[in-house]
Amino acid sequence: MITGRFFAAGADRRIAITIFILLAVAIIVPLLNLAVPPTSAFYVPSYVVALTGKYLCYALLALALDLVWGYCGILSLGHGAFFALGGYAMGMYLMRQIGSRGVYGNPLLPDFMVFLNYGELPWFWYGFDQFWFAAIMVLAVPGLLAFVFGWFAFRSRVTGVYLSIITQAMTYALLLAFFRNDMGFGGNNGLTDFKDILGYNVQADATRSALFAASAVTLALAVFVTWAIVGSKYGKLLMAVRDAESRTRFLGWRAENVKLFAFTVSAVMAGIAGALYVPQVGIINPGEFEPSNSIEVVVWAAVGGRGTIVGPIIGALMVNAGKSWFTGVLPAFWLFALGGLFVAVTLFLPKGIVGMWDSWRDNAKALRAASINEEFGTDPAVPPPPKIVRSAARTPGDWSASGPEPQPAE
Amino acid sequence: MSKSNTILYLDGVSVSFDGFRAINNLSLVLDKGEMRAIIGPNGAGKTTMMDIVTGKTRPDAGEVYFDGQVDLTKHDEAEIAMMGIGRKFQKPTVFESHTIEDNLMLALKGPRSIFPALFHRRSAAEARQIDDILGLIRLGDKRDELAAILSHGQKQWLEIGMLLAQDPKLLLVDEPVAGMTDAETEETARLLKDIARDHSVIVVEHDMHFVRELGVKVTCLHEGSVLSEGSLDFVSADERVVEVYLGR
Ligand SMILES: Nc1ncnc2c1ncn2[C@@H]1O[C@H](COP(=O)(O)OP(=O)(O)OP(=O)(O)O)[C@@H](O)[C@H]1O
Ligand SMILES: [Mg+2]
Repeated sequence: MITGRFFAAGADRRIAITIFILLAVAIIVPLLNLAVPPTSAFYVPSYVVALTGKYLCYALLALALDLVWGYCGILSLGHGAFFALGGYAMGMYLMRQIGSRGVYGNPLLPDFMVFLNYGELPWFWYGFDQFWFAAIMVLAVPGLLAFVFGWFAFRSRVTGVYLSIITQAMTYALLLAFFRNDMGFGGNNGLTDFKDILGYNVQADATRSALFAASAVTLALAVFVTWAIVGSKYGKLLMAVRDAESRTRFLGWRAENVKLFAFTVSAVMAGIAGALYVPQVGIINPGEFEPSNSIEVVVWAAVGGRGTIVGPIIGALMVNAGKSWFTGVLPAFWLFALGGLFVAVTLFLPKGIVGMWDSWRDNAKALRAASINEEFGTDPAVPPPPKIVRSAARTPGDWSASGPEPQPAE
Repeated sequence: MSKSNTILYLDGVSVSFDGFRAINNLSLVLDKGEMRAIIGPNGAGKTTMMDIVTGKTRPDAGEVYFDGQVDLTKHDEAEIAMMGIGRKFQKPTVFESHTIEDNLMLALKGPRSIFPALFHRRSAAEARQIDDILGLIRLGDKRDELAAILSHGQKQWLEIGMLLAQDPKLLLVDEPVAGMTDAETEETARLLKDIARDHSVIVVEHDMHFVRELGVKVTCLHEGSVLSEGSLDFVSADERVVEVYLGR
């Protein structure tokens, strides 16, 4: 059944194409970087590999947000926190890989700890010399935080704007905490000067290509997982909670658990994105917890079209490419451009690029069907309505935090 | 009063919103297998009574028992739904972005936890149940359409279908025929009478023709308590009822 849906038409075919492109890119880009001589027209420079690798991590973050915002109406303004926590977990592993090659040459303590006169390694740094341990923490720390946070928030039935505000407060609180030197995470300098990952030099072209490929493959996998979740009975329930939460309760479903599961899965995805991001940019600092970062993620998803899986990925890639270009040309105006973009999308593209494309195509189909009917003299009054194969492709158009107008349960 | 053979037992129930007594010392008993019609002017507290039974609103005072022994005031909406109380809202509430069929699938009786839903495959038995219900509510030809396209009356029917899929012991049906044509109203009365053969049902309705069609005991609420109770002829001959309906 799942394979049947995978090769079906419409929204599902779009998913298949996206996965195919991501996997192809994961092979081709590293090849063009490593196997093609720099003089060739097909050569992809290393800085482009690193930059697009970073964008793919952002795309994964946007996809994570789409699962909760697009499909469950939970407008999280704190997803950057899960991303940053995953990043810190990876950063701690990379720090411990430096070993005695640091400036102070301490075999056990990272440089900043020596500098801050730490006598010994804090207990929460234990285990991070092992990759497998760090990898588990990349999943567990954001997942656990989301689980605990969501457990309290969803049980107390905090929804809409209030929920958005407390997610924002969560990332802000973490920002302040991670800025403190005595937290043991490097204070405002964060973690940097990485040397190796799994024994390979993080700066080397081959390693960068491998990280790029890993990001693309992970994103492809995340697209598949999100698509499978959204298409399952649980996914339908998720959208039902988004549209009429109290109806689901009176049918016996625990809406808080429905939300909690999606929120936790989404946070884990965001954590993975952060973990892939850090070795590619070479630094993680508390700035990643900045509330504005989380808001930017919302803009990416909105531009691409929330509730479409592919949309937020396109949005993240496009907005970030625009950002790189813009900050090169007019660095002082980037924030204005971003704000303007957000307003423009809200006004003119409420369903985002992908949502717009879908309704445009549906209209075109209906028009074509009508004109064919006219030509052949069949009854023009009944153009076959565009058949909606699966509700997952529907994009709620309005901007309220809780998605489409919740139907009051009277 | 004995609770033993009752499906629903309310005694001395009161609830106020900001000092306004929406339900005032209400007592109401429904026997197992009984169908009851509840009438009353706007604001009488009919919907609030259903909110109390289904766990949406906690009463300030009074007893609410289901099936003679379960104290409903100690449970929340989802638990009460799982015990076997189903509810149709006054404003038809269906999942508009899902197909008719998926609406029924989400309502279908079965486990209500996350992981079974994640790996759920529709069984032949489930498909048959859905087909049966689609036939009953006459939406078989629309099964793959989104619920959003349905007319008001069809949404009412879909919601009744979702109730049937839930297979509760007690159905609370709030204004099922609002927005229906006369023919549809008659059809709905027939459907509810059919359902009442093996379920306990409470129907709230303003449409007196429809209530007459049901032919069951009638309770008239006013200002949060029972004003009159008996056959429709008895209740509509009651002076206090006449006064309440004319006086508004
Ligand atoms: N959550 C609430 N907060 C404040 N007042 C409420 C609330 N729920 C109901 N009320 C009030 O309680 C009274 C009873 O309302 P209820 O909806 O139960 O009436 P009803 O009998 O169902 O009326 P109708 O026939 O119009 O549906 C009304 O005056 C209403 O305004
Ligand atoms: Mg009412």
